[in-house]
Amino acid sequence: MTTATQTHLPQTTEPRNDGMELDMDWVMSVQANTSAIERRAATLPGRRSVKKDYQAAWLARAITCIDLTTLSGDDTPGRVRRLCAKARQPVRADILEQLGLPHLQTGAVCVYHDMIATAVDALQGSGIPIAAVSTGFPAGLSPFHLRVAEIEESVKAGAAEIDIVISRRHVLTGNWQALYDEMRTFRAACGDAHVKAILATGELGTLRNVARASLICMMAGADFIKTSTGKESVNATLPVSLTMIRAIRAYHQRTGLRVGYKPAGGISKAKDAITYLALMKDELGNRWLEPDLFRFGASSLLGDIERQLEHHLTGAYSAAQRHPIG
Amino acid sequence: MTVKEIFESMDYGPAPEDASDALAWLVDQGDRFGHYINRAFTAPGDGFEAKNPATGNVLATLTQATQDDVDQAVKAARTAQPKWAKLGGHARAKYLYALARLLQKHARLFAVLETLDNGKPIREARDIDVPLAIRHFYYHAGMAQLMEAELPDRAPVGVCGQIVPWNFPLLMLAWKVAPALAMGNTVVLKPAEYTSLTALLFADICQQAGLPNGVLNIVTGDGAVGEMLTNSDVDKIAFTGSTEVGRRIREATAGTGKALTLELGGKSPYIIFDDADIDSAIEGLVDAIWFNQGQVCCAGSRLLVAESIAEDVYTRLKARMSGLRMGNPLDKCIDVGAIVDPIQLASITAKVDANTEGETFQTSAPEGCYYPPTLITGLHTASDLMQDEIFGPVLVSTTFRTPSEAVEIANNTRYGLAATVWTENVNLALDIAPKLAAGIVWVNATNLMDAAAGFGGVRESGFGREGGWEGLRAYTKPAKSPKPAANVTAFTGDKAPTDPVDRTAKLYIGGKQSRPDGGYSKPVWGKNGVLLGHVSLANRKDVRNAIEANASAAGWSKTTGHLRAQILYYIAENLAARGDEFANRLDAMQGGKKGQAEVDAAIDTLFTYAAWADKYDGAAKGVPIRGIALAMNEPVGAIAALCPDTDPLAGLVGLIAPAIAMGNRITAVASAPFPLAATDFIQILETSDVPAGVVNILTGDPTDLAPHLASHMNVDAMWSLNGHAAQIEAASISNLKRTWITDTPVAHIKPQDMLAHATEVKTIWVPYGE
Repeated sequence: MTTATQTHLPQTTEPRNDGMELDMDWVMSVQANTSAIERRAATLPGRRSVKKDYQAAWLARAITCIDLTTLSGDDTPGRVRRLCAKARQPVRADILEQLGLPHLQTGAVCVYHDMIATAVDALQGSGIPIAAVSTGFPAGLSPFHLRVAEIEESVKAGAAEIDIVISRRHVLTGNWQALYDEMRTFRAACGDAHVKAILATGELGTLRNVARASLICMMAGADFIKTSTGKESVNATLPVSLTMIRAIRAYHQRTGLRVGYKPAGGISKAKDAITYLALMKDELGNRWLEPDLFRFGASSLLGDIERQLEHHLTGAYSAAQRHPIG
Repeated sequence: MTVKEIFESMDYGPAPEDASDALAWLVDQGDRFGHYINRAFTAPGDGFEAKNPATGNVLATLTQATQDDVDQAVKAARTAQPKWAKLGGHARAKYLYALARLLQKHARLFAVLETLDNGKPIREARDIDVPLAIRHFYYHAGMAQLMEAELPDRAPVGVCGQIVPWNFPLLMLAWKVAPALAMGNTVVLKPAEYTSLTALLFADICQQAGLPNGVLNIVTGDGAVGEMLTNSDVDKIAFTGSTEVGRRIREATAGTGKALTLELGGKSPYIIFDDADIDSAIEGLVDAIWFNQGQVCCAGSRLLVAESIAEDVYTRLKARMSGLRMGNPLDKCIDVGAIVDPIQLASITAKVDANTEGETFQTSAPEGCYYPPTLITGLHTASDLMQDEIFGPVLVSTTFRTPSEAVEIANNTRYGLAATVWTENVNLALDIAPKLAAGIVWVNATNLMDAAAGFGGVRESGFGREGGWEGLRAYTKPAKSPKPAANVTAFTGDKAPTDPVDRTAKLYIGGKQSRPDGGYSKPVWGKNGVLLGHVSLANRKDVRNAIEANASAAGWSKTTGHLRAQILYYIAENLAARGDEFANRLDAMQGGKKGQAEVDAAIDTLFTYAAWADKYDGAAKGVPIRGIALAMNEPVGAIAALCPDTDPLAGLVGLIAPAIAMGNRITAVASAPFPLAATDFIQILETSDVPAGVVNILTGDPTDLAPHLASHMNVDAMWSLNGHAAQIEAASISNLKRTWITDTPVAHIKPQDMLAHATEVKTIWVPYGE
């Protein structure tokens, strides 16, 4: 059984990244020039913009790439059901009808382990996969065997995607072998579930570390690399994204395998979503604009997109209360 | 396409900038423009069309200036200049500030009009050209404010004729106009005939700012108008454009006393070392050679890649090139726009088509005035395309093995405008940057520019700097102009020598005393008619040998200021020890009793420049990036100097000392009427640890020697305190060497001015951050 049959993802057409031997020569040759990366990131929004129907279409595409997320201590089944309902119907039906995209859904719903069962129930028949954050999220400092067990429990509970957190200390102490081994073990524990490796880039110190950690997680079999838990003080940024995306490109160039990318945290505006899509398109190509290779980890982004879509249709700026909350 | 179809295809789609305001401005002006003279637009006359290169549509009709128009403009500027200077720095600062503000208020109008007229992507006009132009006016408003306090010894040059190119029409206007006006000059500006519209909009802005009559005048037209302006009654010409036209302007202004700054072409190297962040280096190339369709004088057009990573770099680069979006320049989502004119397109096409070497990779271009981004790999330094400026979106490439080979290939060019270095190794970057023959070096970045940082080249890329304190030298002159030195002539006589033993005064070349190649000497008589000795008559072969020796002594430029100071002090010490002998010699040659005073003055000069040798500091510029822009004072290189006839010792020492203090090598031609102090000085040099070839001394007829020195392509600068301006300046076009001709007596030249002539400012940009 593959998870792809349960979801709408076209993963059956894309060979999964099974990783490779740890290649330390490659890892250590990786460079990331912060100033240059920041300059590219700073000019990108000015270089790429999409207007009118194109903007609406791109925003609709962004919705299909959202991991609609709730990761709060006060999550309850009721809260999660509401979120799942929003994932099924992310935008008012009349708006989607007018856009000619009536069956739009979000890419996934992302919750803590205890909420998986509720989500499975709420998303029954929708094809929307459930992603669970795992491995002692967000710090990743609980006992290792419990972190592995948590993955197994979540998969058993019905999560099709597992968002693991790496041990930042392995990066900060330069213990690359340990990072590789940890990721390998997590990947194995996931089985058929897809694994997203959260690097917590805000805690890795340098973009060079981000680039090296990205590469190692891919070598160890990550299906996605993801910026942040959303709980660090700095989450997804364009420079970090550019660094990780370039690592994905290098890995693809070397192995032919496509690894996905998930920026998470801090992306709350429709315009930001378009910039991220343009970044993916320019650096990696259109293939990476599909939800099996690109996700936004976001909670408030959808609301802004809804307002923009209504504005697109009516010509009048919209208001939050006109759109159902998720 | 429906939203659903776009949802599937994820194309960018059109994102056009609205041009209606800019087009409306043109209509408001009647779609026809005259010149802007004395704060008024003249009636439109016969002329030419301003076209949008992207569409071929006519935007407006412009007037070709006549001689009378140019004369009127220069006359207006001439009349306005004294009053403008007298207004004072603060008053001028207020005008410049107003211009900056008005540019900012109309920023989008300027950007759109620039794109319409030039074909550059609206993103570049909007995010780069216009903001940099605004910044230039703000910065120079500050310079006007500070002029009296900080530059008390400088005065405006007067009326400046300024000729700007079509690649950055408004930005180059700003670079020229802002410093000129700040320093109290008035201006006659000629924009390029392809792109005059933003200059005319700027004239409109000047009117709104109430800039007084005649302070800024604009005449439009082709190269013929440029020639008229060059030959008009201006005090200075500032030109940015091709090296070919720069040469013509140098020739036309030779001997006229007009000051000149030239910012010319380039074939700037872009070096990627094996430890570079390759993806970032490739992104940098987008900004280096595909910025403004490669029509950039400082474009990184010569890619030098470490052989070990070359294939990887080329593969990634080709992929990146395929992602460049080309088309309607007004589209906000376009990376590469239109070539400025079909003539330029034909020129680029012809150069690339003529090449038969290497492998050419091109993306596709739309129909019309577009040229596709192009990469030609596998070229060698011998290939024409590695040497000649293409001025289009064409990158040529070769490989290197070691850092020193990278430098060697990088410097294997007639040009020297800019250079880019990519490496994550700070040692390598800071080692390479000073070795590159360029006025600007970018480390791990490219095409960074700011008003605070000097911009300009070495070699055939021109001379003078734009931006920063150093840029103000181009628009000021010494406030005091002392009386020129009196003419002196050699004495004649027929009395026997007083010295019973015959002495042979030879030439000093490469650390050796040598007889003149031609085998001719001439007698030197004292005032009392006594034969003082004979001096050699150097010829062109001696010039050749001297410059060769200067070239061999290039290591001197790498010595420390401390060492050079020590040697200058040693020279002073040895001269002092033989002070009486020199004083007597000077008195015998010139008559009178001022010899001792001149010896004392020479020793004082040696102490002065020994003192400066380790104190002529560069600067860290306050540029608006996270990083540093270092302004390094580098030696000019090999200097040829004609010493003044007067002050035969102090004049010689007054040129040699600042030159070698800054690390230059110099070939000095001694005072013609009184050459024996210089030939005596050879012994001082020989005993003072001056390395062979650092200083050469020639004697002979300066009129014979000047053209050979001035045309020698391995001489970087020529100084003359002995006239011959027309000859020297005309001959200098061989390699566009810097020339400095003055009749100010050496004792009246301020050391800071001397040192400025002895150095070139190199700006090294080092963004940082981890």
